Amino acid sequence: MSGPSIVKLPEHIVEIVSDAGEGAQKAALAFAQLCAKSGNGLWTVEIIPSEIQPPPHTTGSASGNRIRLASRSRVTNSGNRANMVLAFNEMALLSRLETGGLADDVLVVIDDHWATHPNTAYQQSYREVLSQAKSQGATIIEIPLESETAKYVDDTGRGKNMFAVGLLCALYSKELPVLKKVIQGIFKKKSGEVIATAVTLAEAGYQYGIENLETCYEIEAIPAGTTKVAMNGNTALALGAVAAGFELCSMYPITPATSASHMLSEIFEEFGGFVHQAEDEIAAIGVAVGASWSGKTALTITSGPGMALKTEFQGLAVMTETPLVIVDVQRGGPSTGLPTKVEQSDLLHAIYGAPGDAPKVVMAASSIEECYYILSLARKIAEEFRMLVIVLSDANLATGQQIFDRPDVSMTPRRPPLDLSPVEPGALPYDWDSETGLSQRLIPGQAGGMGVTTSLNHDRNGKACYDSVRNQTGHTMRSRKLAALQKGLKRPPVYGADEGDLLIVGWGSTRGAIEEAVDSARADGISVSSLHIQFLSPLPPGLKAIFSRFKKIMTVEINYSDDKNDPFITDENRRYGQLAWILRAATLIDIDCYAQVPGRPFMPVEITDEIRQTLDLEPENVSNAVSMNTTEKGN
Amino acid sequence: MSTIAEECLDECNAVQAHSLEDYGSENPRWCKGCGDHGVLASLQRVLQKNNVEPENAVAVSGIGCSSRLPHYLRTYGFHGIHGRALPIATGVRLARPELPVIVTMGDGDCFSIGGNHWLHAIRYNINAVVLVLDNAIYALTKNQVSPTSPDGTHSNTTPRGTYLQPMNPLSVVVGMTNVSFVAQTATWLPTHLDQTIEKAWEHRGLSFVRILQRCPVFMPQAFGEGGRNFPVVFLENNEGVPIDPWLLKRGPAQAHDQRNINAAQKVAVTVDPAPMGLIYHNPELPVYEDVRHERHERPDHATFVDLLDKTLDRFTV
Repeated sequence: MSGPSIVKLPEHIVEIVSDAGEGAQKAALAFAQLCAKSGNGLWTVEIIPSEIQPPPHTTGSASGNRIRLASRSRVTNSGNRANMVLAFNEMALLSRLETGGLADDVLVVIDDHWATHPNTAYQQSYREVLSQAKSQGATIIEIPLESETAKYVDDTGRGKNMFAVGLLCALYSKELPVLKKVIQGIFKKKSGEVIATAVTLAEAGYQYGIENLETCYEIEAIPAGTTKVAMNGNTALALGAVAAGFELCSMYPITPATSASHMLSEIFEEFGGFVHQAEDEIAAIGVAVGASWSGKTALTITSGPGMALKTEFQGLAVMTETPLVIVDVQRGGPSTGLPTKVEQSDLLHAIYGAPGDAPKVVMAASSIEECYYILSLARKIAEEFRMLVIVLSDANLATGQQIFDRPDVSMTPRRPPLDLSPVEPGALPYDWDSETGLSQRLIPGQAGGMGVTTSLNHDRNGKACYDSVRNQTGHTMRSRKLAALQKGLKRPPVYGADEGDLLIVGWGSTRGAIEEAVDSARADGISVSSLHIQFLSPLPPGLKAIFSRFKKIMTVEINYSDDKNDPFITDENRRYGQLAWILRAATLIDIDCYAQVPGRPFMPVEITDEIRQTLDLEPENVSNAVSMNTTEKGN
Repeated sequence: MSTIAEECLDECNAVQAHSLEDYGSENPRWCKGCGDHGVLASLQRVLQKNNVEPENAVAVSGIGCSSRLPHYLRTYGFHGIHGRALPIATGVRLARPELPVIVTMGDGDCFSIGGNHWLHAIRYNINAVVLVLDNAIYALTKNQVSPTSPDGTHSNTTPRGTYLQPMNPLSVVVGMTNVSFVAQTATWLPTHLDQTIEKAWEHRGLSFVRILQRCPVFMPQAFGEGGRNFPVVFLENNEGVPIDPWLLKRGPAQAHDQRNINAAQKVAVTVDPAPMGLIYHNPELPVYEDVRHERHERPDHATFVDLLDKTLDRFTV
């Protein structure tokens, strides 16, 4: 037997979907680790139902993962439409077809169990969904997933996933011994029997693949030459918080932020820190404020609704100049919105959300790797400037996995013990430098520095005062710190040429997709560049000069904006994307936006299409370029 | 009041490291006749008696008349936001367990807007003296009904009288898991107030003290016009708050076992006569910041870096 033929590819996007509880997530984890260990670069995205036990065999029950794997070690986003989907049933497949996330010529591998299922309704829907997929151009491979698995385990719901990952190992020409090691690692806390069964099933799946697949793929790995780590953004935030020297994380459970605190809860105590799960979001920030005020800079991790509850305390932190770091892992809003899905709609809330004028620093992580490093910078700014620093992440970064260079722990800064040396009696708690607004921070235990820290307006002595002059001074000093910080920021680098027809401006997790779209458009001769902004408040210097060299400026953001062509919408009443809003105000330049709320990351191809449309060019003529509809069409 | 304070001043200054003035900052700006003045003086005496270095004590408050107290105490203080003194105090205790913490709140501050934090702080049992200065009215915002306003109170938001019965905060706290210290006193009983706060200071855990007082401006009639016509019973126990003989003119004494939660719950639900003194005391209960600090010391730099390296190993491909 000659075995399957091999097709070599630079990259592929794979989706594995099952009913919730059938283990597609675990299969995907094993497959992703297999690819990572083989040297492929990758980015994964979770496909998660919003309920714990949704009704099985429905589109709402589809659970799994998307894995973009590539020859190159650096993959910055989840890519365009998927090239291959392994579905445990037709409804899981249908859910992916409905999102428009599958390429027209997608390879579908599906369990044939439903074709002959005693429930004729399943038989019928199986036939219908497969014919829908075929009609759009998909290639279908039916596999006996259920019946093969049943040869090894009684409960196939707890075994199909390992058969499936064995099959994928064959389909992607990976090495079975590496997969076995991965599976042993994943199940290391389980009994020997469980591990043995999982390995046997994976071997069976692999063998089935080698014997039955006509064509297999190979995505060769290009050696990176550096040691890599693979983790999701919330894990990166947790490890980054430890590396930054935080000692207290005070939080309240909220999706999609909580898993960062899970990781911290697991490891923090070894490092001398701990997680405090407070009674509510308000108490969570209150505890962090109390801890920071008394000398140990703390952080709190939350998502949009939690940010809303924390706004009064944010004002307090600003007014009392208590260093504090808040991480907002954004999700879809308003209200409960889309708890498990990505959005970038908290930007204006982060900058302005607090009673009164409350200048804060707002930064955004643009990759999972940056989630690791950003908290060290946030803490440094919080302490040096006595400011509230908000770090924005989002559901895309939180639950996706990326491979990046292993951080160098020898760079970890030393944390000196608290300086409790006495100060001159009467030392000012707000000895504002009249130019920068900076002041020394007195902490309890420092003799001579006693005094009250108040939420009321106060003067340099820290005393409450209500007169116009000292109110104006307090505001000026707090605001001046933002300007002083801005002076020290670097001008952000332009990606692509320094001038041209169009500049795309982005922030946060869209960076990888934007830059990939720019690469692809520039390869087609389109004059487009991009700029990614890490500091949203204060904005970095030099933006006006950069913008002046482009004919058009457009932000790309995962938040809502009115479409120019919508009913009633005019130049005067159009609501812009949130970054566009602040850039328009800051630069007085007529900046446009492509701001949408699809509940998933942008695909590079969508951005390329938008670039072409903005520059009045024809859309790219490839199957993947068909953009996904985000607006429901009326009947 | 002044004579007692002066006597105490003379007596104490001879043996204490700090004078009472060392614990005072500016002159309080509370209304004449407000009970807050007495609580401030009591606290200063307790700090002095216990030789607390002013830089090592922390006073935390929320918003309201009584929450101005940290302004007038020359320690470190944090005058925060309405209802949220307890989370801030919890943060201080978690970060710096060596610093003694005093929390002052009003009835609206603690029982209404801060209700959730109140319940949970008791469950955490942080080590702090928690004083609720209960005048049964919102005063700083100018006369609105509070959770403890008596039945029928006319206020700016209840011009035709209140609609609800007042809550009994004592019965709430004795029902909470991990409650470790509950006492009630009143500003019209100055020596009792001093001795109750002293007991609260000595207790390791959350010492919840409800201090009854009238508001001379908006609620002069509270608690029988500040005790004039307010039936009380003094809880008597060798380990309880001492009952000076003069107090018995205000009400009888009644033997009470504050170590017995059932006895405490029975006393706590009684509002007429109001129980005065130590209602419940259990010094054996776990203190949250002790529990959280038991298991870990911050490792030295080399160990820290090594641990971080090992943690990253788990994610290395």
